[in-house]
Amino acid sequence: MVASPSHLRRSHSIAPLLFLLPALVFLAVFVVWPIVSSIQLSFYNWNGITATRSFAGMENWKTLLADEIFWRALRNNIVIVIFSIAIQMPVAMGLAVLLHRGGRALKLFKVVYYFPMLMSTVAIGVLFKALYDQQFGAINPLMIRMGLPSFAQDWLGDSRLALFSVIVVICWQFIPFYMILFLARLMSIPVELREAASMDGASGGQYFWRVELPQMRGILATAMTLSLIGSLKYFDLIWVMTEGGPSHATELMATYMYKQAFSSFRMGYGSTIATAMFAIVMVAAMTVTAVAQWRRAEAG
Amino acid sequence: MKSRAALLPIAAIWLLIAGLPYYFMVQSGFKSQFELLTAPFWALPKKWTLDNYRTVLAGSFVHSLFNSLVVVSISVLLILTCASMAAYAFARMSFRLNRTLFTVVLAGLVIPVHVTLIPVYLLTTRLGIYDTLWALIGPYVAFNLPISIFILTEFMREIPRELEEAATMDGAGPLDIFWHVILPLSRPGLATVGIYNAVALWNEFVFAYVLTSSPARRTLPLAIWDYQGQYAANIPLIMSVLSLSALPLIFIYVVAQERVTSGMMAGAIKG
Repeated sequence: MVASPSHLRRSHSIAPLLFLLPALVFLAVFVVWPIVSSIQLSFYNWNGITATRSFAGMENWKTLLADEIFWRALRNNIVIVIFSIAIQMPVAMGLAVLLHRGGRALKLFKVVYYFPMLMSTVAIGVLFKALYDQQFGAINPLMIRMGLPSFAQDWLGDSRLALFSVIVVICWQFIPFYMILFLARLMSIPVELREAASMDGASGGQYFWRVELPQMRGILATAMTLSLIGSLKYFDLIWVMTEGGPSHATELMATYMYKQAFSSFRMGYGSTIATAMFAIVMVAAMTVTAVAQWRRAEAG
Repeated sequence: MKSRAALLPIAAIWLLIAGLPYYFMVQSGFKSQFELLTAPFWALPKKWTLDNYRTVLAGSFVHSLFNSLVVVSISVLLILTCASMAAYAFARMSFRLNRTLFTVVLAGLVIPVHVTLIPVYLLTTRLGIYDTLWALIGPYVAFNLPISIFILTEFMREIPRELEEAATMDGAGPLDIFWHVILPLSRPGLATVGIYNAVALWNEFVFAYVLTSSPARRTLPLAIWDYQGQYAANIPLIMSVLSLSALPLIFIYVVAQERVTSGMMAGAIKG
């Protein structure tokens, strides 16, 4: 056999195509074509029911740029991104270190910590909606019992509190995920480093800041990227808990798009919001990737 | 180490934060509606009742469970088939568009499902499969292919090339190699991808919400949604629905803790 220049076997046959075909068909029909179609629909006015759709040119896009609710939704998405990262990362890191240091003693704790990940987002939304309820919820009685009556609030009904209340639930749901992610990375750091550090008289805190944290940089960046992209796409939990209300206080790009398309039957404008959302997520993802590559290049 | 004892209070606080909602959910499910409203919310039921569970199990819940099982099984099977074939091509074959196509597939990792929602809904109605379980399978497979292909490609790249070369010497074609060499050696990767997708699809909401409407076609997350719409005031009943719906995943987690953890993390580690 002649050694091929590449380490891969060069196939001149149609074999690669045949192996790729099933996946490509699914992706073409249910991902690529719908994206193209959404972009196209964003230039039309259509209720989704009648046979005719009317070409609207840039009208929907002009509406979008002047639509205060859309900007509010985008702002809410960004608030969720910021708070998700600012709360989840440190807490998840702290818990991961805790479980790592605690070792076997905390094994049972770890099982309970993992619980929130085992519930569907819908179930979590329904559960917390019940807990937050002003009349029948369990959080307000708890606050009163703990001597904090001013913390008995209409958590989801008050437009000043609703977004905050929802962010708390998002953190509750996702902290375990990042915790396990960080824990796995911590466990892969060689034990020798720890032994060497303690022989040099390093305290637990010093060891974390000087040895563990620098090792976690990569996984931390991954976690933040996941949190960023995930937060921009957020829908299920908010839809279940507030449907974007009260008076758009928790409106997100995704909930607003859903309402326009499937409640108001403005398929054209719904597509415009969806396309804008798509563009924003892609730009965010590409920026993060570019920054990561640039930093890798900097590091040599 | 002295710090270990100091960690315990923090550990206990998070134990409460993570555990209390679960505690409320499980114990409320065993209360009567009257007791929930008259006795303290956080107290255990004075009289444990199974009435809520009876009501739920007599309703459409079991049917939804079955729907979820069907949709998830078919989808995961299709994902594993398509993704392993594609991953084999990406990991083991050299063709002109290999890198380009792989990058395009990776871009699929970040695409929000919402940008496809309207066209997929329109396509589904036009095909006459709106409000059937079939409507869900296409989007379910397509949206989970990128991550699955990614994980399996990484996995197959690690398989020693010598085995494949030996098979080629014996005159095996690509299909033989895929079937007899690559697939059997990819079993751990397939298990990880299978669990990851099964969990994700078991909990999927948006597509099921948009593409189905009648109770007989609802999957589990949608059954929960319907219950809370129908029985909004009956918190014990809703809590029993939530407890029941959490059971399958908790059961699988207890049986195969490490696999589930690595399966659920799979998307993140390299992504």
